[in-house]
Amino acid sequence: MNTTTSGAVLQLLLGEDWLPICDRSALIPGRGVAALLPDGRQAALFVDRGGRTYAIDNRDPYSGAQVLSRGLTGTRDGRAFVASPLLKQCFDLETGRCLDDDAVAVTVYASRLAH
Amino acid sequence: MPETTSLPTIVVVGHGMVGQRFLEALAKRGTTGRARIVVLCEEPRPAYDRVRLTSYFSGRTPDELSLVEPDFMERHGIELYLDDPAETVDRTTRTVTSRAGLTFTYDTLVLATGSYPYLPPVPGRDATGCFVYRTIEDLLAIEEYAKTARTGAVVGGGLLGLEAAGALRGLRLDTHIVEFAPRLMPVQVDEGGGAALLRTIEGMGLTVHTGVGTREVTTDASGAVNGMALSDGSVLAADLVVFSAGVRPRDRLARDAGLRVGERGGIAVDERCRTSDPRIFAIGECALAADGRVYGLVAPGYEMARTAADAIAEVAEGAAEFTGADLSTKLKLLGVDVASFGDAHGAAPGCLDVVYADSRSGVYKKVVVGADGSLLGGVLVGDADAYGMLRPLTGSVPPVPPEQLVLPPGAGTPAALGPASLPDSAVICGCHNVTKSAITACATLPEVKKCTKAGTGCGSCVKVIGQLLPAAGDGGLCGCFPHTRGELYEIVRTLRVTSYASLLDSHGREGARGGDGCEICKPAIGSIIASLAPTLGLSGHVLDGEQAALQDTNDHFLANLQRNGSYSIVPRIPGGEITPEKLIVIGEVARDFGLYTKITGGQRIDLFGARVEQLPVIWARLVAAGFESGHAYGKALRTVKSCVGRTWCRYGVQDSVRMAIDLELRYRGLRAPHKLKSAVSGCARECAEARGKDFGIIATAEGWNLYVGGNGGAEPRHADLLARDLDDESLVRLIDRFLMFYIRTADRLERTSAWLGRIEGGLDHVRDVVVNDSLGLCGELERLMADHVTGYRDEWAQTLEDPERLSRFVSFVNAPDAPDPTVRFVPERDQMKPDLTFLTLEGVSAR
Ligand code: SRM
Ligand SMILES: Cc1cc2nc3c(=O)[nH]c(=O)nc-3n(C[C@H](O)[C@H](O)[C@H](O)COP(=O)(O)OP(=O)(O)OC[C@H]3O[C@@H](n4cnc5c(N)ncnc54)[C@H](O)[C@@H]3O)c2cc1C
Ligand code: SF4
Ligand code: FES
Repeated sequence: MNTTTSGAVLQLLLGEDWLPICDRSALIPGRGVAALLPDGRQAALFVDRGGRTYAIDNRDPYSGAQVLSRGLTGTRDGRAFVASPLLKQCFDLETGRCLDDDAVAVTVYASRLAH
Repeated sequence: MPETTSLPTIVVVGHGMVGQRFLEALAKRGTTGRARIVVLCEEPRPAYDRVRLTSYFSGRTPDELSLVEPDFMERHGIELYLDDPAETVDRTTRTVTSRAGLTFTYDTLVLATGSYPYLPPVPGRDATGCFVYRTIEDLLAIEEYAKTARTGAVVGGGLLGLEAAGALRGLRLDTHIVEFAPRLMPVQVDEGGGAALLRTIEGMGLTVHTGVGTREVTTDASGAVNGMALSDGSVLAADLVVFSAGVRPRDRLARDAGLRVGERGGIAVDERCRTSDPRIFAIGECALAADGRVYGLVAPGYEMARTAADAIAEVAEGAAEFTGADLSTKLKLLGVDVASFGDAHGAAPGCLDVVYADSRSGVYKKVVVGADGSLLGGVLVGDADAYGMLRPLTGSVPPVPPEQLVLPPGAGTPAALGPASLPDSAVICGCHNVTKSAITACATLPEVKKCTKAGTGCGSCVKVIGQLLPAAGDGGLCGCFPHTRGELYEIVRTLRVTSYASLLDSHGREGARGGDGCEICKPAIGSIIASLAPTLGLSGHVLDGEQAALQDTNDHFLANLQRNGSYSIVPRIPGGEITPEKLIVIGEVARDFGLYTKITGGQRIDLFGARVEQLPVIWARLVAAGFESGHAYGKALRTVKSCVGRTWCRYGVQDSVRMAIDLELRYRGLRAPHKLKSAVSGCARECAEARGKDFGIIATAEGWNLYVGGNGGAEPRHADLLARDLDDESLVRLIDRFLMFYIRTADRLERTSAWLGRIEGGLDHVRDVVVNDSLGLCGELERLMADHVTGYRDEWAQTLEDPERLSRFVSFVNAPDAPDPTVRFVPERDQMKPDLTFLTLEGVSAR
């Protein structure tokens, strides 16, 4: 979590290491991007209007497709979420919890902007 | 079938609105499990919503009018005999015999036989072409006969007469109303209200004759109606006559069986709905209630159903009694709101009237106030919005002076009282007797309907219910905006708002401002801004700036997302016409990229299975060959289908292919609340299925007929005729106006069919606006469309020219060249399909 600064690089925490993903400028609020991780998994990365970044697993647990980065984001009760573009279930971007089904959640990654 | 059983038998005669409600009440009390229940139904179909009968003419099917859940009878073990009325009741043997000869022995008999339309004793009333207006069968017969008729006359200007007149007008007959009393709706409204109603109805082109009776129905040589002779000596030409001169209780069975009936009809019952024979009950319109009245409205009938069920189930505590009911009504007749409640005519001694009348707009409002300042009743014509508030206040002293109750909002007064000021015990839904406290115990309108049934009757209370519910129930678009889509459109247009964020921060709900919005309002507002882009001076490209973040993934990638994360591609093929060269290009592209190809239901070709990073490369080839985006991904114009038409077809009377192409090219790229579809047929054989479309065009010898509001999908609907025999230019002008009016006023994700069904006045109103320019809007609607047509650019060609936009077409931001390894395919029928087994190896099972 961090605040916008130009020239910054978005990093994800994988194990002990911060993995650089992309320039801050590649992210626009409300539109996610996907990243390929070294172990073959995929992450969905977002930034909100306040400049805060979020990262969750890219896989939509309902369809198995790697598409969460392509969902619409929003704020519900003050918390950021993304709606799966396939069948529209919503996931909390901070906790990964599915807001429509308590039994389902996706992995969350720590993210930051570094110079 | 008659059979012996140890269970007590309850026989119900009549399966109308009240009969069905009675069965539901029995089921609720568990009586259906403890008794054998037999229902004799005279009509060929189970109970339906008679109150909404007229909506049949605006497209509601008989099935949709049904009041009976599909498995209701089986679930509760009720035997229903359709098309088989009871003929006799024998009280000594306690038997009922039906027309088909079935005999049932009852322990309890319930008569729910309703009313019959009264036919005044005028000569000729049985001639061919004379009808009544009570059952679905009546409507079907009227509809059929109207096909050959030009002029219709309705005898009776009361509530039902006006409904019937509205129906005849909808059937495009020249319509006359003949009312004996000096004003329309004499029972419900006073003189002032009647005058307002008269002006508005005459303004719609109906002819009203008040203060005259019908002397005779005249016929031609074949015995068919050709006119009416009126009591003032005048003669009225008419090919079809509907009698709507009041109803009489159907009490013949009871009379024949020796039960006590009222002097002017009606089966006499006590407070518990028991007749003079304690084993026999009567409920609904056939009953003469304990207060000496016969009630011709459904709400009192429902109350009686509850009362009788309580008595039969031997409910010990708090059993309902029926001692009389409120006759308040709110109706929409011919698109005019009419309401009356309480002491509408000011009969109480010492009461005073407070009246507001505006004859320009046809609004008349009156409240009757008692000597102690309490509200006693009132009449509202033309604007009955206040009804939902005023009726529950009846009997109490309103919290604001009476003139504020009738003045229009903003007319120099502080905003009038809101529903929050009503006492908890105020009855909000008259049809189902639901109080404010029962409603506020629920969170959403669907919940209210489910738990209390409020709002599921006449619907006049729905607005107030909405106002009583917390935020999301206020009719707002979503949790972020308190406005409807139509209101937001007006805000964006008039304040020239060009960004979603500024709209959210200036007009969003308190808690939503400064936030990121939600998945509901973002695409809806994205679409509004895109629709108005040329007028707001924006580039309008969906991938520009903030717009890019508002759209669904389909708009992000200008393609349709498929279940495995790949995309489909649909190039525009205007009118379905395509050259062999272009077909070959599509074939080659599909072959080269290994795409699955299929002919769509929209007369074009879909290419499935492209990865994100392949989309620009594929489109580069398609654009080079002259294709453009088909907007299969957008809430926008999809296809204008065509039949082959006059050029080739021996029946064709116009060139339907050319017209379809012209229209598709004109409206391509037009963003709307929902997708838009069209078709053009070359003759009345209608091979292009134009009447299933949002706007459909059918050729005539003279030109084109334009139909609007058609729909396929889950709730199919045939389009209605908007105008006939148009030349090319008038056709296009009318479609321009229609589409822009729809875009301006429809809700989010509301197809034209649902929109037409929802907006006040329906098709007639739309016709007034777009054909007769009743709102003076047409010039502006045409300008907006002209802006769209000049501003149109192909989204894919623009995207290919712009490296910034193209840079977004990657699977991975950190590995732009890598394809997504999880998008895999397996072979099927010589092509390929998504490999779903691979995707679902782990995780929640796919739906
Ligand atoms: C491809 C196609 C089926 C086919 O293989 O033939 C199709 C495919 C889809 N239809 Fe359709 N519809 C297709 C013709 C139709 C038709 C026939 C027609 O247009 O004449 C209808 C009935 C006519 C109508 O719309 O009234 C039709 C009624 C629907 C509906 C129901 C709409 C409604 O108002 O109830 C939906 C759902 C929706 O839009 O909300 C839908 C939605 C969809 C979606 C977008 C579902 C989705 O969200 O993924 C499908 C996307 C396909 C894709 O990825 O490309 N599709 N769909 C057809 C594309 C036509 C084209 O060339 O653009
Ligand atoms: C066009 C129209 C609009 C209306 N609008 C409104 C409105 O806006 N608000 C309102 O409150 N009310 C309205 N009403 C009135 C409302 O429909 C009635 O009050 C309601 O239907 C009464 O219910 P019921 O069950 O008593 O009678 P019905 O619904 O008439 O049912 C009686 C049934 O019994 C059957 N039957 C009769 N005799 C026998 C027999 N011997 N054996 C077997 N079956 C028999 C009949 O065929 C009928 O199906 C309207 C009515 C019409 C026609
Ligand atoms: S609608 Fe008429 S003109 Fe068109 S193909 Fe069918 S029969 Fe021929
Ligand atoms: S008042 Fe008729 S449905 Fe509520």
